[in-house]
Amino acid sequence: MTRLHLPPTSRYRRALLALALALPAALLLAAGIGAYFIPPLEIPRILWEKADQAYAVLVSIRLPRVVLAAAVGALLALAGAVLQGLFRNPLADPGLIGVTSGAGLGAALFIILLPGAGALQAFALPLMAFVGGLLTTLLVWRLASSEGRVQVLTLLLAGIALNAAAGALIGLLISRATDEQLRSLTFWTLGGYGGATWPTLLAMVPTGLVALGGLLRLARPLNALVLGEREAFHLGVNLEPFKRRAVALSALAVGTAVAAAGGVGFIGLVAPHLFRLLAGPDHRYLLPGAALLGASLSLLADLVARTAVAPAELPVGVVTSLLGAPFFIWLLLRHKREVAR
Amino acid sequence: MKRLLWAASVALGLGLAQPFTVKDARGQTVTVRSIERIVSLNGVTTEILFALGVGDRVVGRDTSSYYPAAANKLPTVGYQFQLNAEGILALKPTLVLGREDAKPPQVFDQLAAAGVTVVRVPDKPTLEGAKEKIRTIAAAVGQVERGEALVRALERDLLVLRSKQRQATVKKTLKGLFLYLRGTQVTYVCGEGSNPVGMMELAGIANAAKGIKDCQQMTAEAVVAAQPDLIVVFTKGLESIGGLEGLRKLPGVMQTPAGQAGRVVAIDDLYLGGFGPRAGRAALELFIGAYERQGLYIAGEPAQP
Repeated sequence: MTRLHLPPTSRYRRALLALALALPAALLLAAGIGAYFIPPLEIPRILWEKADQAYAVLVSIRLPRVVLAAAVGALLALAGAVLQGLFRNPLADPGLIGVTSGAGLGAALFIILLPGAGALQAFALPLMAFVGGLLTTLLVWRLASSEGRVQVLTLLLAGIALNAAAGALIGLLISRATDEQLRSLTFWTLGGYGGATWPTLLAMVPTGLVALGGLLRLARPLNALVLGEREAFHLGVNLEPFKRRAVALSALAVGTAVAAAGGVGFIGLVAPHLFRLLAGPDHRYLLPGAALLGASLSLLADLVARTAVAPAELPVGVVTSLLGAPFFIWLLLRHKREVAR
Repeated sequence: MKRLLWAASVALGLGLAQPFTVKDARGQTVTVRSIERIVSLNGVTTEILFALGVGDRVVGRDTSSYYPAAANKLPTVGYQFQLNAEGILALKPTLVLGREDAKPPQVFDQLAAAGVTVVRVPDKPTLEGAKEKIRTIAAAVGQVERGEALVRALERDLLVLRSKQRQATVKKTLKGLFLYLRGTQVTYVCGEGSNPVGMMELAGIANAAKGIKDCQQMTAEAVVAAQPDLIVVFTKGLESIGGLEGLRKLPGVMQTPAGQAGRVVAIDDLYLGGFGPRAGRAALELFIGAYERQGLYIAGEPAQP
């Protein structure tokens, strides 16, 4: 029987405070740098005078993109943290419950089977991805539940099976796709924040807020679950409704993120681990901490994606993995012993 | 008896078509023994074959061959970058023409190994490239004279363009940006070395996409920084995002002079990017859309697949 050895509260508080300060700093940095050169010190004046082109670039291109990057990062990291807690598996990532591959399949079906969709594409395609993601998760849930109960291990296996099936179907569709369709599919598999506009962000607000608020409230049952399902039950956690809520809200969070930005990888897996390495595993701090960290990571990755090869840009998923992986390995090497806690 | 039959069939074959020789895109001399059954693996190639008057010999095409309308009746062998040699051989071609960069790259070797004559057609996004393309295909099907006539017609179209350019009231060279639209999420821009930009330069429009090679994702901010006076799109691409209104909603477009003025030229993709017999007319259309009209200009000759 493992006992929780939690670090002192002060360490958590320090980490959360640092992250809460880091996010505005990252926001400012990302808002100040871009392919279109705007002197950072000029920004207050530009925003005040609302006059020239620089204002238009800032307000209608850069800011929505920065906000989208932060929001998607937070949603993915939070969903990742909750799922890692639910599955009690450090390798769980938001894709595990089938949302990401389901969304990709929804998008692929739309792109390849409805080539003449025309004007519908602007909003129907993200919607289709969103619906595809949620339906896949629902199917995973159905597969895993028997007599109203869900075994977490079965849920994991059902997720793996459906991910494989969705991947195969996407592959089948890809083999029938033209060059043009392939290019738009790439977006759904690698992700990117290039399509950010204020309307896109507005469309995310309802589902995004519900998911964020709901997931943050799961900290206590997740802490109880660390000890195992039976112990959590004796600690007064109503297990089945809790699992349903955790999976549904995660699917909502990831579905919202994917519909707006495609499949941005790595953040959902790594942000929770980073916070555990910085502070510790207590979900009361881990959930908000992972969200803040995910937002900052995603912002910085997007900053690199849109400036490194300007005027062209890199897919943000490539950057998150390229930058994230070495950093993560370095942390692992430093904290080898702590990881196993 | 067998030998006699063989000799007779050879004589018959020679009677139908003399062997023609042609220098293909790799600079190798290819001997074409028969043009009885032609399969074309590229849209412009098909267009040129029909223009040369040998359209009735074409028995198969790729999916990008949708002009002239008659080509749409032919069976397709798939997409020119996802070919399958066996599917092509099933049409029993005597001659296959396609772009040098058709994929998979082995497909031409597989066809040649099966005894089919293969002519690789050069594809350069310039006026010279268009002439070279016409002449190569004309030589391969033994229609050198008609090929020259097509080249002369192309030159005439360009003379019209040049004289219009000389009379133009607008003296400032406009900067054009070619957007390759596929949905609202990603802005692909075609730059140096791409066919659409080659066509814009032919029409006297400067390339606003500096630093972009071929077709790449471009950040919305760089689109603004490029400050194009004009946006060029494929007609189908414009439809895919909901027309001019949809285009103006893309990040960055409204912050350019082109987006502000709604100055957009939409043009069919084979027409704009093919660099074939209609290259002169396409350049003329681009010129008219850019310099003689305001707002959205949809170029003619829409080819309905």
